[in-house]
Amino acid sequence: MDQPALTSRFTLAYAYKRSLGPVIGAFMTGLRDRRILGARTADGRVIVPARAYDPASGEPTGDLVEVGPSGVIETVSHVAQPSPTDPVQVPFAWALIRLDGADTSFLHVVEGSAEALHRGLRVTARWRAERDGSLRDIEAFVP
Amino acid sequence: MSDSDHTHETAPVTRFKAPTRLDYTVTAAAVTADFLRHILEQRLVGRRCPVCAKVYLPPRGVCPTCAVRCHEQVEAGHAGTIDTFSVVRIPFEGQVLEPPYVCARILIDGTDAPLLHIVGEIAPEEVTLGMRVEAVWDDRPLPTLARVRYFRPEGGTP
Repeated sequence: MDQPALTSRFTLAYAYKRSLGPVIGAFMTGLRDRRILGARTADGRVIVPARAYDPASGEPTGDLVEVGPSGVIETVSHVAQPSPTDPVQVPFAWALIRLDGADTSFLHVVEGSAEALHRGLRVTARWRAERDGSLRDIEAFVP
Repeated sequence: MSDSDHTHETAPVTRFKAPTRLDYTVTAAAVTADFLRHILEQRLVGRRCPVCAKVYLPPRGVCPTCAVRCHEQVEAGHAGTIDTFSVVRIPFEGQVLEPPYVCARILIDGTDAPLLHIVGEIAPEEVTLGMRVEAVWDDRPLPTLARVRYFRPEGGTP
């Protein structure tokens, strides 16, 4: 008894909303206002994105510090053919970027081909016109 | 700020949206496919365990208690008894039915494991444990559990 397999589309989706707390909230508010904020740790480093606690020591962080909006690529992972859910629809790379004034690297999108993007390249943030306080307020970094 | 800037909001950002979405294509295995083809014919057909003789509806390929294969198909009734139920009064994202509505475990006549379904044509306050209910079939030829639209009090609304 060979019958065609019964298949069905099934979508599992959750419309999560996350509350941000004072420090990540300030970081997201900064993005909306076209500023990238880090937090200064007790030993004087600046961690980006700003976080309430220093992941190295567990100690509370102090002042918020504006960094970037330019920096240097530390590592790149190239995406030659973006999928529909990727943040941009041109060749790009996921990159760790050491923003000016920061002591940690920041993961974001850099537009450009595998030939164009490399470690050490200086890039700068391109802001979205419509911003709502999210990491996507930075459309991408560009050389 | 540049002329192309359209962001005028000034209140602090306190929340952000983090939606999660996974798109699946589910394929029914043989035993479930049998069940669904029967339900398309407006029949509820379960399977009996050869060791403990329990009838599972929906059918199971292997008895979870005895760990042996279940081959014998058993035609069950279209009515049963409410084993337990819950009144859903809270709206949530993606909800299909309008609250309040009743989800119930229904022990179909001739089976030994309850089926989870909806109870309709009755006010939620009127539903009781042990209540007799019967299947109301959907006219659409759906090879899914939604082929039974819901269960209603046996013989119509009391």
